Amino acid sequence: MSTVVLKDIRKSFGDVQVIKGVDLAIEDREFCVFVGPSGCGKSTLLRMIAGLEEITSGELKIDGEQVNDVPPAERGLAMVFQTYALYPHMTVADNMAFSLRLAGVSKEERYQKVRDAARVLQLEPLLERKPKELSGGQRQRVAIGRAIVREPRVFLFDEPLSNLDAALRVQMRIELARLHEHLNATMIYVTHDQVEAMTLADKIVVLQGGIVEQAGTPLELYHHPRNLFVAGFIGSPKMNFLNCTVSAVEAAGATVQLPGGASLTVPVHPGPLKAGDQVTLGVRPEHLRPSETGELQAEVMVVERLGGETFLYCQLAGVGMLVVQADGEVATQVHDRIAIKLNPVNCHLFTADGMAVERAIRHPLADLRRPVARKAG
Amino acid sequence: MATQTSTSSAATALPAKRVGRRSVNTWPLLSPSVILLFLWMIVPLAMTLWFSFQYYNLLSPEVAGFAGWDNYSYLLTDPALWTAMINTLYLVFWVLVITVGLGTLLAVLFDQEFYGRGVARLLAIAPFFVMPTVSALIWKNMLMHPVNGLFAFFSRSLGLPVIDFFTDFPLTSVIIIVAWQWLPFALLILLTAIQSLDHEQKEAARMDGAGPFSMFFFIILPHLARAISVVIMIETIFLLSVFAEIYVTTSGGPGLASTNLAFLIYLRALREYDVGGASAGGVIAVILANIVAIFLVRSIAKNIAD
Amino acid sequence: MHPNTRSKLWLTALGWFAALVIFFPILWMILTSFKTEINAIATPPVVLAAPTLENYVAVRERADYIHFALNSIIISFGATLLATLIAVPAAYAMAFFPGRRTKDLLLWMLSTKMMPAVGVLIPIYLLFRDLHALDTRWGLIVVYTLMNLPIVVWMLYTFFKEVPKDILEAGRMDGAKPKQEVWMLLLPLSLPGIASTALLSIILCWNEAFWSLNLTSSNAAPLTTFIASFSAPEGLFWAKLSAASTVAIAPILVFGWMSQRQLVRGLTFGAVK
Repeated sequence: MSTVVLKDIRKSFGDVQVIKGVDLAIEDREFCVFVGPSGCGKSTLLRMIAGLEEITSGELKIDGEQVNDVPPAERGLAMVFQTYALYPHMTVADNMAFSLRLAGVSKEERYQKVRDAARVLQLEPLLERKPKELSGGQRQRVAIGRAIVREPRVFLFDEPLSNLDAALRVQMRIELARLHEHLNATMIYVTHDQVEAMTLADKIVVLQGGIVEQAGTPLELYHHPRNLFVAGFIGSPKMNFLNCTVSAVEAAGATVQLPGGASLTVPVHPGPLKAGDQVTLGVRPEHLRPSETGELQAEVMVVERLGGETFLYCQLAGVGMLVVQADGEVATQVHDRIAIKLNPVNCHLFTADGMAVERAIRHPLADLRRPVARKAG
Repeated sequence: MATQTSTSSAATALPAKRVGRRSVNTWPLLSPSVILLFLWMIVPLAMTLWFSFQYYNLLSPEVAGFAGWDNYSYLLTDPALWTAMINTLYLVFWVLVITVGLGTLLAVLFDQEFYGRGVARLLAIAPFFVMPTVSALIWKNMLMHPVNGLFAFFSRSLGLPVIDFFTDFPLTSVIIIVAWQWLPFALLILLTAIQSLDHEQKEAARMDGAGPFSMFFFIILPHLARAISVVIMIETIFLLSVFAEIYVTTSGGPGLASTNLAFLIYLRALREYDVGGASAGGVIAVILANIVAIFLVRSIAKNIAD
Repeated sequence: MHPNTRSKLWLTALGWFAALVIFFPILWMILTSFKTEINAIATPPVVLAAPTLENYVAVRERADYIHFALNSIIISFGATLLATLIAVPAAYAMAFFPGRRTKDLLLWMLSTKMMPAVGVLIPIYLLFRDLHALDTRWGLIVVYTLMNLPIVVWMLYTFFKEVPKDILEAGRMDGAKPKQEVWMLLLPLSLPGIASTALLSIILCWNEAFWSLNLTSSNAAPLTTFIASFSAPEGLFWAKLSAASTVAIAPILVFGWMSQRQLVRGLTFGAVK
């Protein structure tokens, strides 16, 4: 059992409030990812949980106990830093054993635990090396090993992969996912990379300007973003937005007037929407198709061929750019005029204040959760 | 468990409204340094102030008591004080000019690749490690001596009149010696600064068509600004109280020609045993130093404390 | 390649010329220390004829040389050790728990250094007289400690600030108490910096000539005083003086040469990386 609960957590530096009241419940064995643009407060929030930053107000509970004023080491957490923060004057083994040494654990037990952790991370041949003799990926693993040895209630990761090159990042991402399954522990992970967030998380917490924009499963955020910010932040390339006017509202959805004249009925629970309202229509590039019978007419300005897929950057007269993800086999050239097909089921509507209009059909995978393997005992 | 519940109840009892980072009481760590330095500053200063208003001569203990402004008026009307003050500033100014100017040129030179650069650099910085008394003696006896010195020999072999440095140019001679001692310091710091200049920036400038001169004036010199302020600040601290070089070479003479404030106070106190007068001189030295210090701190130190 | 090689040769000539001009006085002193007294003052100067060690023997025979050198060592190391012990906690506090006043405090410390020693010579002299500290080693150690404390604090502060905060935070997460944080992490990590700070302090103490000339006479007099005593009548024995000077500066010169890089890094007060 390791849960972390935040109640109206706030943080101020001087007169500047950087965390403006965060409520969050992280469940046992959950992999929770804080994601957001730089300066959104995600690292500060993590450091507050770690005990490295004081909590200005609010309540932090780990396993039901308030720990606001408990020093970091006694909170039963372990942290992996972005810079790895290995002790440069100690060997890998000593780095990993340091916390146990401070806790007065016997030498024999210490090194038994270090060896166990090293085996999991394939660090055994490196135990006697100093950090500066290791590659970036190896240092990263040592930092994780140092956390594992402590057998913490909760693992904290502060952008652990951002100092690695792209290929290694993908590899470490997979290793982290496997490690989470192996250790079956609660993990809180901070990143600015939404791909890491999508691939690793059980629960994603999107932060902006010190508040939680939305928290939910990756596919919930993808299919049911609560507002424009989340819709634009999750997904790559980013969601296309078109300004439209509502022309009719009925129980099955709202009909909007698209730029260029065509109209489209989006299946939403219209709520307070009424005809004449200005709304933003959101649709992801992967849900757009070039097609003879499309509702939108556009000129292709840039073509990015990735092989398996092709991105078309299209100029929509009087509106702006629209990104379309097309098949890799598409022969479209720059300056071709194409028609783009919209599927209303994949469209989102946002009211003028940026909030999403609830979609009529809940995506079947939005509430899918990772099967939790219960540890024996 | 027990401790955790107690802390949690304490935390809820407290109105959790604190500002800033971890609030740690650093006073126990800071206090030894702060208190010692405070005493080191305030006690002697207070005593100096006190003595400066007393008649206090170790040779004539029968004359004692409150002197009012006598020591000051005696000192301020004494042309020696003004000579010493001007000499002090003159020395600081010229040593700074020489060390920063030559130091910059040398730093640019030693930034270039050449054979044996490492060893040459070691030789060039050596004077910094030589104690002032020794360097003063070397210059006085072996180089500037009017009869047996090397400079006299060179003059004679070129058929020029021999210069008696310490008699004819006493202050200039002292400035040369002090500048020689501090040149390596300026060189070292400026060289470090030049080497910290981003290589790509230099390459970009070269791509933009910068020759050696525009490179120096538009790229290197602006980059050196901070380092030069460090050099000026630290050298000034030490140069305001140059003492040993004068003590060993000219003893402030001839007359007062090479007496700076430090040496004047020394003369008053330890040669004439006039504690009151010397203290008044001390107070004036402190005031002078503070004027310079305020100027320096405002313009320089604030920038480098980041 | 040709023009490059040629300009490199020119630079080499220029660089070595500059270096030798600056180094010449020291070189000349060392050469003189190997001459006989007659050769030392000969005109035209004798560069190096019949080198002799007699001057060094003579210096060694003056028993008091060892005494002065010992004083220099004891006083320099003592004051440096003391200053470092006092400065480490202060620099640690300022580097890792900076408050609103930290910068002002640092500047104030440095400003005490700007106060000219002469301004306070009289009271210190009289205090020393009354405390029977005149001409004692401990007296000079105290003065040098206080004299160097601001610079030592500032240099340590600079070096401590270079230690990544993350590493100390990792230590805190691992359960290190403040004392363990300092002893097991901070000090080992900044050891090179501490060493160069100590080295600079030793150099400054070793070469300090104002307090040593005014507060000591014989018992506790370090090498600066010893050498200064040659400025008077014995100044005529140039070769012996050169030998004595050479031994007086040799240890500190070698020290300085060995540590120059780190020394400078600290001396730039963090303004130049």
